[in-house]
Amino acid sequence: MTGNPAALIQETFATTPTVEGHQLAVTLPVERWLEFAGFARRDLGCAYFNWLSAVDWKDNLEVLCRVENLERGVVILMRTRVPADDPRCPSLTSIYRGANWMERECYDLFGVTFTDHPDLRRILLPQDWEGHPLRKDYAVDTAHAPYR
Amino acid sequence: MDVEARKIVEIGYGGNERLIMNMGPQHPSAHGVFRAILVLEGETVVAVDAVIGYLHRCHEKLAETLTYVQYPSIASKTDYVSAMTSELAYVSVVEKVGKIEVPKRAQYLRVLAAELQRVASHCLWLGTWCLDMGGALGGGATVFLYCMRERETILDLFESLTGARLLYGFHQPGGTRYDVPAGWADRCRETIAVIEGRVEEYEAMLDDNAFFLVRTQGVGVITPELAQEIGLSGPLIRGSGIAYDVRRAEPYSSYEDFDFKVPVETAADCYARYRVRMQEFRESIKIVRQVLDGLPPGPISSRPGVKSVGQVRVPKGEGYARVEGARGEVGCYLVADGGAKPYRLKWRGASFSNLSVLPHIIPGHKVADVVAIMGSVDPVFGEVDR
Amino acid sequence: MSVPPVALQALGAFILLNAVILMVTYVTLLERKFAARMQSRIGPYYVGRPHGWLQPIADALKLMMKEDIVPTASDRWVYNLAPIVFLIPCVLIFATIPFAPGLGLADLNIGILFFLAVSALEIVGLFMGGWGSNNKYALLSAMRGVNQIISYDLPFLFAALVPVVLTGSLQMSAIVAAQQGLWFVAYPVLGQLAFVGYVIATIAAENRVPFDILEAESELVAGFRVEYSGMKFALIQLGEYAHVLGTSFLGALLFLGGWLGPGPAWLGPLWFLLKAVLIFLLVTWVRWSFVRIRVDQILGISWKLLLPATVLLLLVTGLVVAAGGGGGP
Repeated sequence: MTGNPAALIQETFATTPTVEGHQLAVTLPVERWLEFAGFARRDLGCAYFNWLSAVDWKDNLEVLCRVENLERGVVILMRTRVPADDPRCPSLTSIYRGANWMERECYDLFGVTFTDHPDLRRILLPQDWEGHPLRKDYAVDTAHAPYR
Repeated sequence: MDVEARKIVEIGYGGNERLIMNMGPQHPSAHGVFRAILVLEGETVVAVDAVIGYLHRCHEKLAETLTYVQYPSIASKTDYVSAMTSELAYVSVVEKVGKIEVPKRAQYLRVLAAELQRVASHCLWLGTWCLDMGGALGGGATVFLYCMRERETILDLFESLTGARLLYGFHQPGGTRYDVPAGWADRCRETIAVIEGRVEEYEAMLDDNAFFLVRTQGVGVITPELAQEIGLSGPLIRGSGIAYDVRRAEPYSSYEDFDFKVPVETAADCYARYRVRMQEFRESIKIVRQVLDGLPPGPISSRPGVKSVGQVRVPKGEGYARVEGARGEVGCYLVADGGAKPYRLKWRGASFSNLSVLPHIIPGHKVADVVAIMGSVDPVFGEVDR
Repeated sequence: MSVPPVALQALGAFILLNAVILMVTYVTLLERKFAARMQSRIGPYYVGRPHGWLQPIADALKLMMKEDIVPTASDRWVYNLAPIVFLIPCVLIFATIPFAPGLGLADLNIGILFFLAVSALEIVGLFMGGWGSNNKYALLSAMRGVNQIISYDLPFLFAALVPVVLTGSLQMSAIVAAQQGLWFVAYPVLGQLAFVGYVIATIAAENRVPFDILEAESELVAGFRVEYSGMKFALIQLGEYAHVLGTSFLGALLFLGGWLGPGPAWLGPLWFLLKAVLIFLLVTWVRWSFVRIRVDQILGISWKLLLPATVLLLLVTGLVVAAGGGGGP
């Protein structure tokens, strides 16, 4: 990877990343999510997949992913928004194998469906659980089936 | 696990059919509650489906209902074996987003607690790993009891510092809650001197032990590319040759004041990870000595004690703070909305990412290697399931 | 009226059986204390103060009172008979061991052969237990066990035959008599190597760590014994420890001079017991020091290392004896 990562992102994706220390936060439309991940891996040298998660903003869900280039100390925080009534996002498992479990957790707790995920099923909750607990409309004391 | 591997076959004794064996949540070497569905061909594992979630308490939802003052005691329950660093991750992110100052003495005390905790956690790791490999009635139990003896001395130190042995509540946003009592520093020096000697004994017992070498060398090799793609951290990634340590990558809490090495091995097998952790014992003891020698006087918190649960308010903002726990990078991502409770807290647990490497490295090994690899990955299920 | 010899023999057998069971129960206490001291703790202490003298009795009573759970899917006859089939050979081997000149239940003139043949029969009981339990863990363990015991019975046999060749007789009392001048373990090179081979093969043939892959508590959770509880479990434990003790007695007889020792002749059995316990403690010491090795590595050691070594040793012993003009009657 040569050159300034911020400049590279600017010219390829026409968005200016927000810089905080050595972290670059990039907001992307969901259609360019997979393309940016590939770009980050190939051109920015971000081979280290740190985590992927979501935030519920009530009318939409924000999916965040943090990848790093350990040698150069470059950190990219990718963000995108998906609508709350049909949250679909492309899966990053084809680029980073570590996204597998992180996306399953996102699906489990938020209901975000990751297209092309090889094995999208609940990871932390039992397979027959109803609802997505980390959504804001899921009350903390929601009744659930008692376990025998 | 791929669809092909999941086909269930009746036990046919022709010899090359596949057997699905469940190393269930109740198992002596599950390290907690973990279910591995192994698909075996004879003694060789061809696929692993790792089922987690038996310890899921939804910390992230819980954090949204507890204030910044209440939650640090709960944060220790994620990685409960290494509770000091778990709490530190949470208060670090609160201080980062809330721009709360931490006095120097508090930073040094945090380093002291974190490094002592790392030694205690590695004692547990070594004991339980040898226990898994050697049997509860056998040489493994011997190493286990020796390591527990060392761990007890550190827990005694923590008990006189915070009043608790396992889950402390030591950290608060702005500093620490307790200060070192009189005479504690000398006891601490004695304890770590004893532990340093004992670590040499363990190395003498295990380093050249033919049985140990034959069980751990060449087993569970994680290539550096896989390690980075999965997001491993801690001794796992340092055992594969990548020198990634949060204390060096993004120094926090005055770690830049201390002189210590970050051990890295390149063999990438269980034995390399064992060597990394054994060297980390020594480095942590070195840091503890430096902290005790250079502990500055001053306040232990920038806030005047805990008076009300809603007293810390973090303005709107978001941030991610990470610490080097005993198992790797433990981090919290906080979205704050100006109130006394977080809007969203995400726990990046080191063991969650570390454990997700298992389906990639176990196939091809024998059943007996599964326990050796799991022990060297050293998961704590509080962190995996949160 | 004279007592029929059959009755005398039956009485002798009864006494021996009880003595064996008593020895075996107290040898478990010895192992626990020994292991405890190695791990910087005390071991059984409270039951029968001090030092837990009544602990084995308490354990035996507890096991007798436990509920006997039989899995519904198990193969009834096989499952129920397995502990007995396992126990019988392990106790039968004591019948051939003479504890003093003339004090033995059956001092056969093919004593060693009988011992080695019968002790290998425990595999049948082991496999019955694994199969009858209808449990994947038990089955896996039983298959490993058959593999391992068969592989290690051969080096065990060959190492045990070295003293036989040096003596020229299969009769156990003759082997001890031949050690009047020099115990076989002190026999230059051959004796020591044979002893080492014997101990290693013993550890492996009895599934002791580092060769206990078949029970491997942390993987297979008690292996073929996993579905047994209560008295059946007690019988299996009894059988295992009886076998260890039996092979320790044999080792003391073959290599350490049996009942030979300073002092009057009636001290003989005591010396014999002490020597057997010494070998037992050696096996225990190894057990509580090492981690276990994998099944393919265990089999590798047996077939590629131990078997050729013991065969060679036996051949060399034979040559030495033949060159020296034959040995013994």
